[in-house]
Amino acid sequence: MRPELQKLFRMEKLPHIWCPGCGHGIITRAIGEAIAESDINLDKTVIVSGIGCSSRAPGYMNFDTLHTLHGRALAFATGVKLANPELNVFVITGDGDATAIGGNHFIHAARRNIDLNVILFNNNIYGMTGGQYSPLTPTGKMASTSPYGNPENNFDIPALAIAAGASYVARGTAFHDKLLIECIKEGIKNKGFSLIEAMSMCPTSYGRRNKMGNAADMLNDLKRIAVNINVAKKLPPEKLEGKFLIGKLHHKPYPEFTQEYDKLILKLQKGAE
Amino acid sequence: MKRWEFRLSGSGGQGLITAGIILGEAAVIEGKEVVQSQSYGPEARGGASKAEVIIDDKTINYPKVVIPDLLLAMSLEAADKYGSEIKENGIIILDSSMVSGFKNEKAQIIEIPITKLAKKEIGKTFVANIIAVSALVGLTEVVSFVSLKKAILSRIPKGTEDINLKALEIGWALIK
Amino acid sequence: MSPKARLIQGNRACAEGAIAAGVRFFAGYPITPSTEIAEIMSEELPKLSGKFIQMEDEIASMSCIIGASLTGKKVLTASSGPGISLKQEAIGYACMTETPCVIVNVQRLGPSTGGPTSSAQGDIMQARWGTHGDHPIIALCPSSVYECFTLTITAVNFAEKYRTPVYVMLDEIVGHMREKVVLPDADEIEVIDRKRPTCPPEEYKPYQIGESLIPAMADYGTGYKWHVTGLFHDETGFPSGNPQVIDAQFKRLMAKFKKYEDEILLWEETETKDAEILLVAYGSTARSALEAVNILRTEGIKAGLFRPITIWPFPEKVLKTLAGKVKKIIVPEMNYGQLFLEVERVCKDKTQVSGLFKVDSLPIAPDEITAKVREVL
Repeated sequence: MRPELQKLFRMEKLPHIWCPGCGHGIITRAIGEAIAESDINLDKTVIVSGIGCSSRAPGYMNFDTLHTLHGRALAFATGVKLANPELNVFVITGDGDATAIGGNHFIHAARRNIDLNVILFNNNIYGMTGGQYSPLTPTGKMASTSPYGNPENNFDIPALAIAAGASYVARGTAFHDKLLIECIKEGIKNKGFSLIEAMSMCPTSYGRRNKMGNAADMLNDLKRIAVNINVAKKLPPEKLEGKFLIGKLHHKPYPEFTQEYDKLILKLQKGAE
Repeated sequence: MKRWEFRLSGSGGQGLITAGIILGEAAVIEGKEVVQSQSYGPEARGGASKAEVIIDDKTINYPKVVIPDLLLAMSLEAADKYGSEIKENGIIILDSSMVSGFKNEKAQIIEIPITKLAKKEIGKTFVANIIAVSALVGLTEVVSFVSLKKAILSRIPKGTEDINLKALEIGWALIK
Repeated sequence: MSPKARLIQGNRACAEGAIAAGVRFFAGYPITPSTEIAEIMSEELPKLSGKFIQMEDEIASMSCIIGASLTGKKVLTASSGPGISLKQEAIGYACMTETPCVIVNVQRLGPSTGGPTSSAQGDIMQARWGTHGDHPIIALCPSSVYECFTLTITAVNFAEKYRTPVYVMLDEIVGHMREKVVLPDADEIEVIDRKRPTCPPEEYKPYQIGESLIPAMADYGTGYKWHVTGLFHDETGFPSGNPQVIDAQFKRLMAKFKKYEDEILLWEETETKDAEILLVAYGSTARSALEAVNILRTEGIKAGLFRPITIWPFPEKVLKTLAGKVKKIIVPEMNYGQLFLEVERVCKDKTQVSGLFKVDSLPIAPDEITAKVREVL
């Protein structure tokens, strides 16, 4: 790790607890790279997470870090950001954390367009509890609680975030890490709710059950299935069958919640003079 | 001063809780001890509504009315529900535009067409509560007219002073 | 009369007390009978550069104030019945991470939706044990509008001083009734701020086992870069599975309130000196009990009242002493005997303890208590 990056991590806490082949390390590093390349005050940066594999990431990162309750990272982060809008607030969450138990907080944080940079590590499974299906496990896939194949439908996270009001939405993968870094950097610049879905892989709990090979095979799958949105625009729909889009999917800035609240405070105080 | 227990009853939206607060605030202006409480149903309009006010010179411990000295009933339902709970020789004020055929041998019954008066004299039924509280104070003299007027003016929305003061005068004139 | 005399609701006094104590952040969710507190905070806080937010649910409200507290703000939430049940997981998080926060519970009739506008005292044991796992907690119980103001200030001060969540346990009667009060001026109010670290960041230990048992707490964004987790953690705040570390931190957590018991335990005694019958009552029920004492005294019955103001931790030493002097103890409560269990545990070796329990949406009237006293005499 290069020295500029090392100071962003709690090097003494490494190595991490993730399984060999897990995509989360690559994504965590990408967050570090994006922060290193952005002009933000490291002392005024808070990283909040929920519960699950992804949510262990902040523990390795050298900031004020808040490892909260399952599903509630966005609610805690809303408190941090609204109480002190000077702080840059990142939220690291997983597919189960953000879209199952935390689904309500997810849509409401997006609706408020509160200035949070949310990186959702999507490994399509509950990894920490041993591989149960999540709202992002594709239909038909095997999990410890879907031994006959997942009978449910899965969410489309970017579509959900856009519909709920996120002002910046992008997707990257553990394979396309350069693109992921760029997306996170753009998310940091966006004054509002930024959601970056980071496709990860879980060879231990997801790949193994679904006969997806080893970590390298799963990484190759991410490469094979992902299509950059700029390329996709030129492709006929049949070529996109079974693929997912990566890159900047949505960017539409509009008034941010904590700034609007500060305007209200100013207005009330002027009125009182 | 003797301890006064008031029960103001009717339906939601008649302003009974506001009337209770005004009565309480008038007593606070006079340095008396006051506790005001209420009970109400899930309806913001309609349904049963009840405000209670206790006024005393001494500390008030139990905050609820046990048996009222005065009952105001502004709906038939309220008269039926609370009409039997009154002190010996207590006072029951009935809004005769809402309640008829009510009897209680224990109490002195004062029938006033409160809501009709509000509509006819002022054109707004929402000041019926002020007519009622004014009549109540006129009957009991629990606080002075001046304190009541002060309390009304500090509680009502701006721009409604004239009609509320008119309601106060109407209620007062009925008794005095 | 005093020009400052006002007729205000308990819920308003609670909100004004919070503001007087320095609370500048409130997150909540609408629920009867506590909603007035949120409404008042939404109006007042932005005028004071404070923040109000109505969250998407009760869980989020509790989580939100913990996040805000970590930035150094004094924080409050308020709820009732079902809302308090939903907050429990995050209250446990505040216990575990020792994050100052105040939760106002305007108790209503439960369980479940129960009676939204009916009074009850059914959340006494929930306040003590509502969240999972052993944990210390402070709960204060006002019985007048004036006390809603002063005890909310005390609650904020306790939360800040002892790094803990604190409950203010109103009941619907105290929360919704209006009473004449003359509230103290700002310069008469003692306001306590949490201890912040003075050491350089590299030496900072957010869960240090020092002499005070209450480690200093750094505001997020001041360069201390510390880690907060609901997992068991060592002095540095990072997760630890070491049994010795867990044991030492847990013992500090539990010893913390014991050490400051003299400051935390609040109670009031009325006519206890020569009392033969002792009533133990709190919240709005204590008002009925006080009235009952007055009535019984006029009849020549030597009754007295012990009113715990701090209900958790329970002021057991002082009550035990009193129990040794009286013939009988009666605990009237608007539940089926929750604090009664605690009183019985403390006093049963000294005297006979009986309860007067009522759960029918109505308050316990003084004559019900006097009747019970005459019955046990």
